[in-house]
Amino acid sequence: MFQLAKKIKVLAALVLWIVTVVACQKLLPSAPADDELLDGPVEGLTPEQGAVFLRGDVAFNDEVFTKETGLGPLFVATSCGTCHAGDGKGHPFTTLTRFGQSDTINGNLFLHLGGPQLQHRAISGFVPEQIASGATFSKFTPPANTGLGFLDAVPDAAILALADPNDANADGISGRPNLVTPHFYSALRPNSIPANNKYIGRFGKKAATYDLLQQTAAAYNQDIGITSSYESFDTYTGQSIDPEVSNQTVLDVVFYLKTLKAPVQRNQNDADVMAGKQIFMAINCSKCHAPQLTTGISSIASLSGKTFFPYTDLLLHDMGSSLNDGYTEGLALAQEWRTPPLWGLGLSKNSQGGQYFLLHDGRAKTIQQAIELHGGEAGNSKNQFVQLTEGDKQKLIQFLESL
Amino acid sequence: MKKKLLIALALLITTVTFSQRDSSLFKRVIPDTEKTVMNMDAIYNRPLLRAGKLPATLGGYVEANTAYFSEDGITEGLSFQLPRLTLFVSATIKQRIKFLTEIELEEGGREINIEFASVDVEFHPLLNFRGGVIMNPIGSFNQNHDGPKWEFISRPLSSTTIIPSTFSNVGFGLFGKYAKRQWVWGYEAYLTNGFDDRIINNSENRTWFPAAKENAERFEESFNGIPLVTLKAAVRHRKVGELGISWMGGVYNKFREDGIDLDKKRRVDFIAFDFKTVLPKAKTYINAEWVWAMVDVPATYTQQFGSKQRGGFIDIVQPFIKKRMLGWDDATLNFAVRGEYADYNVGKFKDTGGNISDHVMAIVPAISFRPSSQTVFRFNYRYEWRRDLLGNPASKTAGFQLGLSTYF
Repeated sequence: MFQLAKKIKVLAALVLWIVTVVACQKLLPSAPADDELLDGPVEGLTPEQGAVFLRGDVAFNDEVFTKETGLGPLFVATSCGTCHAGDGKGHPFTTLTRFGQSDTINGNLFLHLGGPQLQHRAISGFVPEQIASGATFSKFTPPANTGLGFLDAVPDAAILALADPNDANADGISGRPNLVTPHFYSALRPNSIPANNKYIGRFGKKAATYDLLQQTAAAYNQDIGITSSYESFDTYTGQSIDPEVSNQTVLDVVFYLKTLKAPVQRNQNDADVMAGKQIFMAINCSKCHAPQLTTGISSIASLSGKTFFPYTDLLLHDMGSSLNDGYTEGLALAQEWRTPPLWGLGLSKNSQGGQYFLLHDGRAKTIQQAIELHGGEAGNSKNQFVQLTEGDKQKLIQFLESL
Repeated sequence: MKKKLLIALALLITTVTFSQRDSSLFKRVIPDTEKTVMNMDAIYNRPLLRAGKLPATLGGYVEANTAYFSEDGITEGLSFQLPRLTLFVSATIKQRIKFLTEIELEEGGREINIEFASVDVEFHPLLNFRGGVIMNPIGSFNQNHDGPKWEFISRPLSSTTIIPSTFSNVGFGLFGKYAKRQWVWGYEAYLTNGFDDRIINNSENRTWFPAAKENAERFEESFNGIPLVTLKAAVRHRKVGELGISWMGGVYNKFREDGIDLDKKRRVDFIAFDFKTVLPKAKTYINAEWVWAMVDVPATYTQQFGSKQRGGFIDIVQPFIKKRMLGWDDATLNFAVRGEYADYNVGKFKDTGGNISDHVMAIVPAISFRPSSQTVFRFNYRYEWRRDLLGNPASKTAGFQLGLSTYF
């Protein structure tokens, strides 16, 4: 009897070992499908470019600033990745507040009181900023980073072709570019089309940022309190101080942002998704959320001459009084917002803690709420959406979630 | 300094090796297995070697392992590690005056730490003085952490990342023990140097108590002049098991410098429970620890750095076969499992009222083979779920570890 029990024990142990060995691969977590992730590089990078991408990835996602490495003393976040988990949209925890400019003529009247960006956190021993009395402000949810290089490489002419500032076609939609003065360190795009020495801005909620170098250097400076040779003024003292991040690191991060892949649509052959897309086109959402753009010539071959599907026209549109916070940037009016790209929308919850925080300040908790808060030039489309059957609304939302 | 230490260690090892050539010069001091032994005795209760008539006894342990892990389908491949090699030197200086030091070389010698180096003076079993580099007795793992004692290759998360094991500091204190019939009571009370503001100012991007270990100056001077207090009380019933409760607390920030007030005093406190037992019939060994940590983070700082943490682990070890195997008498084959959890940021977002995540949980089934109680071959499978601050879908890491740990 004892011998039998012993044999059973040994046999059980052997079986366990065999099962373990055979199941090794099964026991390891599998990689999520490519279309379930927002991060990852564009296809076709050279090994050298891949190495730069990896350096940028580490600087963006892993480098956390401390007092010793220059954090603050006033700041919003301690690293780039804090605001853009998985390179997706941000969460109210890292929402930015900008204040001090209420019109396009007088500029920001509160620069001497900490404007334009509120640094609402501080290292020990320092007092964070408060919004100056009398200043209007707006909150900006951090955007997704994916596909930024494609947007950066769209020729000015392609953007201007979508503009209709005087609503010549009388469809009630009159997109126009925000025109900005590039910072001294930004190289002008080839074939730029300036107007009054100003150039088309294409990044930021109000398209007030010219390129990804400005976006990156300003974010280091305004969000983390890190100076660079590009943005050398300390946000706390207002003095020019030694760089706290190297040019190389900033440029690596810029390259990383440029070469993040474009989000991949999911379930695009699903009947409801296809029907939803038809509705999207039919009620003219696509007039602003332009489905397709094509890049021009880029120094990064993977970004040259590519047709992609961002669902934005990169133009400013009047979104009505309910989205007018009384704050603006550049030539954009307070109620004007750049059409946000819709690609990656369905994956936003995976970077926003399991729920949506949509529109510029995250006030919409569902896609339907976000649509229903559209006004101004989008008012007609919003009204048509409201009149859709519940089934058609769901199809449209399914389509948007597939992006 | 590192070089000198290495030379000293090499000499030490050479001496022991020489002694081993002649077994009459060499005597193994067997650890006490008497049932009055508690976690607090772990420091001295180790197998040591006495070489000839030398007044000192020597010992140590080594851990080596290989690991293959995959995180969300991406693997860095197979790697081989020597996470630590630890050496002990113990000496009885005079009757009731003892000295022991524990020197650890981590990651192939990249880090050399004096984890313990203290003189113990016994006035009475209930009243002993200890002074030197002390391992703060918070929880049980910090004092009882030798690799060969465990069936798991990785140390428990809560005992290494919340309690920053192995956390030792310079200081002094008292300890004592009292046994009567089935019961044993023990206490420890120490004042030591402690934490510094790295715990909320570090590249982990979270409140991270192990960051305090980076401050080597804590062996020279206190960061703020306020001692860290560590108290532990434990009770053991010889048939039931041992229960310990411990508290460690102090001020972590530099609130004043050169007479100038910089900040208010900010506290950090830990409370831990530990329990271990052996179920009488099945001989199942159960060992568990749970810790809460509270830290006063400035309200104007970022919530990325949490003010509360909690976590713990439970190990269940079932001896499966105990007999002569492969020529070793009393060899044991064990099945074991560990469940563990660490929440690095307990609280809610001010901005949304939603829960802050930043936690990790893991389950670790294991098989271990012990040719003797002092040597263990371990095979672990680990599956870990880790959520970020916002509670986004968990990243999943899993893998296999095969390793050896032995006293020598």
